Amino acid sequence: MIQKRYCSTVDLERRRALKTGGGVGLLCLLAASGLIQPGIASAEWQKAAFAAKNMDEALDALGITIPEESTFIKLTIPDIAENGAVVPVTVESSLSRTEQIAILVDKNPTALVANFVIPEGTEGYISTKIKMAQTATVIALVKVNGKFYRASREVKVTAGGC
Amino acid sequence: MANPTRIRASVKDGVTEVRALMQHDMENGRRKDEAGALIPAWFITEMKVQCNGKIVLEGQFGTSVSRNPYLVFRFKGGKPKEKVTLFWLDNLGDTRSDEVEISG
Repeated sequence: MIQKRYCSTVDLERRRALKTGGGVGLLCLLAASGLIQPGIASAEWQKAAFAAKNMDEALDALGITIPEESTFIKLTIPDIAENGAVVPVTVESSLSRTEQIAILVDKNPTALVANFVIPEGTEGYISTKIKMAQTATVIALVKVNGKFYRASREVKVTAGGC
Repeated sequence: MANPTRIRASVKDGVTEVRALMQHDMENGRRKDEAGALIPAWFITEMKVQCNGKIVLEGQFGTSVSRNPYLVFRFKGGKPKEKVTLFWLDNLGDTRSDEVEISG
């Protein structure tokens, strides 16, 4: 049922087709054009995590237990968001070798907003814009040297946009 | 075919800052059109940024990323005239790849 909310049957079939027959050709094409490099595993879209309706489910799907609040992470977000459809968020980790940054909103219909894999050489800094359905807590999870850290802030939403 | 991603990349003191604006509706599948029919979910699920063939950022999106996803990040290295490529894939299998030269 959860899948249905994301993809109609046609879409699922299309995806399946892409993954099997058509997908091979597409992948070859992408590999040839240098977009996908063989040998480098691409981070697969984690359906269960992105379909999760609440924080716990999303964290379970990602295999993370909620970490302690940390001062290493700077989460910049307005206290009051007038337009929930566009809420600017910046996550900055002052620790070197940040491996992953995930952004979650606890009261959104789907809690996990985005998950970034940060390769070596890329700074622990992400700035983006997210949707918020209602007043909620925005959580940034940052993975450094295999360990997760958290920063969270409550944001009041005047007009929800989800 | 989706509209091109607007990308700007500039290097300063050995750190390249990338600013990108992907053109995508990011429909969450819960909105209704004027006739009251549900608009199907349509959103970017995966994106990847490369510089000189090296992956500098990989991301996975859910439906709560705003319409026309905006992204800023920084990576070490990158020289003027080198190319930064942003690729995305949406839940319907549509893809888009755009590149820009790093400005110094």
